Amino acid sequence: MKVVYFAWVRERIGKAEETVEPPAAVRTVGDLIGWLSTRGDEYAYAFETPKVIRAAIDHTHVRPDTVIAGAREIAFFPPMTGG
Amino acid sequence: MTSNVTIRIQDADFDVSSEIAALTASRTDIGAVVTFSGICRGGQENLSGSGDATTALTLEHYPGMAEAEIARHAEEAMTRWPLTGVTIVHRVGRILPGENIMVVLTASAHRQAAFQAAEFLMDYLKAHAPFWKREETAGGSSWIAAKTDDDDAAARWDKN
Repeated sequence: MKVVYFAWVRERIGKAEETVEPPAAVRTVGDLIGWLSTRGDEYAYAFETPKVIRAAIDHTHVRPDTVIAGAREIAFFPPMTGG
Repeated sequence: MTSNVTIRIQDADFDVSSEIAALTASRTDIGAVVTFSGICRGGQENLSGSGDATTALTLEHYPGMAEAEIARHAEEAMTRWPLTGVTIVHRVGRILPGENIMVVLTASAHRQAAFQAAEFLMDYLKAHAPFWKREETAGGSSWIAAKTDDDDAAARWDKN
């Protein structure tokens, strides 16, 4: 699946998007954050405070317990500051 | 009646009065237009609290989702209030103090619906539309932290 990052999540990880293939045990958005965090120091830094990270699946806001099966694009980003 | 909803995300600055003119053009059913105009603020009281004046903001967005979220909220506003038109323009990229960041226009036959819908749209956009502001000052640049006030303001419109 495609994963995209924005704002300081993107800057900390050092890339705007990538394709990942998490193991089957990674079922939810929260699981995916945990799995990504193990991929390197830059990921651990980006996701060091999981509760502030916001996520969207296919352009819709989702919660950490949302199941990721079937997702085409999962986005991770900080709380929004538009307007 | 056509839905009369205009949504744009763009780099370029825009003219608020031209947007109002476009919203009301050849309509005779609009008695009120409420404008919320968000402007890049300079001065000493910057957003990240470092004490340096803001010299510029850079806005990043999530292309595709930003348009979809704004459209969803505009449609919800149209169903909750008797609106005759909504225009939302939000800039991205680098914005200097004094320049427009965004505008929300709500049109209705009477003022109450237009006022309430404009406030609803702003509260929702602040908390839920995928945009992020990075602030430049003489001392460097940093991402602006979200305010919990904005989440509280958005939550008051939730229907149980």
